[in-house]
Amino acid sequence: MITSVFGVLFDGFAYGMLLFLLSVGLSVTLGMMNFVNLAHCTFGMIGGYVTVTLMNSWGWPFLATLPVAFVVAALISVVFERTMFRRLYRATDLDQCLLTIGLVFVSVATAAWVYGTIQQPVQLPPYLRGSVQVMGLTLGVYRIFLIVFALVVTGLLVAALEFTRFGAQVRAAVDNQRMARGLGINVDGAFAITFALGSGLAGLGGALAIDIVGLDPSFALAFLVYVLIVVAVGGLGSIGGTFAAAMLLGISDMAGKYYFPAIGSFLIYLVMISLLMWRPAGIFGRRT
Amino acid sequence: MAVTSPAIAGAHQYLDAQVRWRTIEIVFWLATLLPFVVTPDYLVLASQIAVTALFALSLDLILGYAGIVSLGHAAFFGFGAYTAGLISKWGWGEPLTGLLISGLAAGLLGYLMSFIISRFRHLALIMITLGFGLLLHELANSASGITGGADGLQGVKMWPLFGAFKFDLYGRTAYWYALIVLFLLFLVSRRLINSPFGLSLRGIRENAVRMRAIGAESRSHIRKIYTISAIIAGVAGAILTQTTETVSLGVLDFQRSADILVILILGGAGRLYGGLIGAIIYMIARDWFSGVNPQYWYFPIGVLLIGVVLFLPNGILGGLAQIVNSERGQRCTGWLTAPLPWRRRP
Repeated sequence: MITSVFGVLFDGFAYGMLLFLLSVGLSVTLGMMNFVNLAHCTFGMIGGYVTVTLMNSWGWPFLATLPVAFVVAALISVVFERTMFRRLYRATDLDQCLLTIGLVFVSVATAAWVYGTIQQPVQLPPYLRGSVQVMGLTLGVYRIFLIVFALVVTGLLVAALEFTRFGAQVRAAVDNQRMARGLGINVDGAFAITFALGSGLAGLGGALAIDIVGLDPSFALAFLVYVLIVVAVGGLGSIGGTFAAAMLLGISDMAGKYYFPAIGSFLIYLVMISLLMWRPAGIFGRRT
Repeated sequence: MAVTSPAIAGAHQYLDAQVRWRTIEIVFWLATLLPFVVTPDYLVLASQIAVTALFALSLDLILGYAGIVSLGHAAFFGFGAYTAGLISKWGWGEPLTGLLISGLAAGLLGYLMSFIISRFRHLALIMITLGFGLLLHELANSASGITGGADGLQGVKMWPLFGAFKFDLYGRTAYWYALIVLFLLFLVSRRLINSPFGLSLRGIRENAVRMRAIGAESRSHIRKIYTISAIIAGVAGAILTQTTETVSLGVLDFQRSADILVILILGGAGRLYGGLIGAIIYMIARDWFSGVNPQYWYFPIGVLLIGVVLFLPNGILGGLAQIVNSERGQRCTGWLTAPLPWRRRP
């Protein structure tokens, strides 16, 4: 009983890490520009397909594909941002939702056309497969790798936001965009870079997610809901809030599926709605 | 009779002008009878279009007129569909009473939801409607003992309409039935929109804070229109069940909520005919492309959405109105061609 509790906690933690990587970029960009980017998971999907292509067609090792997934997702996101998104920063939530959901549809159809609708297989290197015994618990090596990797990324992210000049500019822009502009901070430039970084992280998350949840064209839509829940519950622009919400969601989702398979995701949606009704700005959010 | 101020008289004049039927509207409704004569093989599709149009109309009432964004409107459509299916399965197959009960059931659900909806705006509202839609979908999926779960509801059997007209395979009765219900509810919506109540809804859409300041109780207005919209959506779902005699989990899908939003935006939100035109174009196009993989179908839809947002902010009808007015050499005639204020950020 106890081991199963820890097993579920561990799996949920790994899953939460994945959700965190996928959603942290959206949280920060939403907090900065109030831009509702429903296409965020598309960048995750792009990262996933980059890894699959490099590994299966070009024979690259898994770890070497991860930086490429990051860079490609970031570059494509910059193209989208420059050509389309920036025209809608002052438009309504609805217009932003519609444009970006349109992009999701296009990306889903394109992925289905290029790669087919089947799940993409990946062959992990031997040192990431299997499991190890730690104090009577069987832990998947890949999940340990995922947790360590995501924790390192989180650490870097927090350090970059807290201790660099650029991070200070980003925090200023999230707190009060007009004031930041008034102080001479190049908010648009900072936003473009943040947007690229956030999308790159999503791409990384997509690449890392293949072994856990699989990859098919519906990825961009299926994970959108989870990412939105994380962002809305965690509060816009709050890294800590996003992290807490991702862990909460990851663990409760795993626990729900393990202990109450009949109710499925029902509990999660219920918790999300109740949390939002209690605090519309998210647990750690300061404004709506 | 009380003395009316010029402002009120002006508003009444405006409303009276809106109530008058235009020739093009009469032509439109006569044209909806054409499928019986011209394409009798496609009456099933025509009835599906009517159902979709009715659903789009219900979303238009809250989104286009009151400015409430909903990403989970399929909840009411699906609730109506399942209610109609269950009534019939439990032994009462009379269509009209089934329709009434389903509409009221969805309306009750909408009324309860409206207390939550009217308190939120922006992202929280989008997330709550989305979450609520997903919640209902999961509920129907889990309660497979009642709803049949992923296999769909089996054993729906409808009695003939008025005891005389059977729902046949060719969809003749189905189209008549759907079209008449659509027309009646359209009349109700049209009357509603062109009433002082409808005008205050538009006020809420444009500036909710100011409406409160001038003494219009926006929350109770939002509750009312949300309930009405839920009833109409439930009726649309019930018609779908009754004419196809089956209910699948698809009626509650997020996809359906997204599709209906696309349809409405494509046609033009905030115009009663926007949803109808959007439904006709969307459903016919989807029927044409029905042979290809459904995932490919989302490519043109996505491109359309992007195009509409970037280039046709008021949908097809808004674009047409603009062309017509510039042909006539008219300047911008108020709300018809000006970009709807709720599409701009205050």
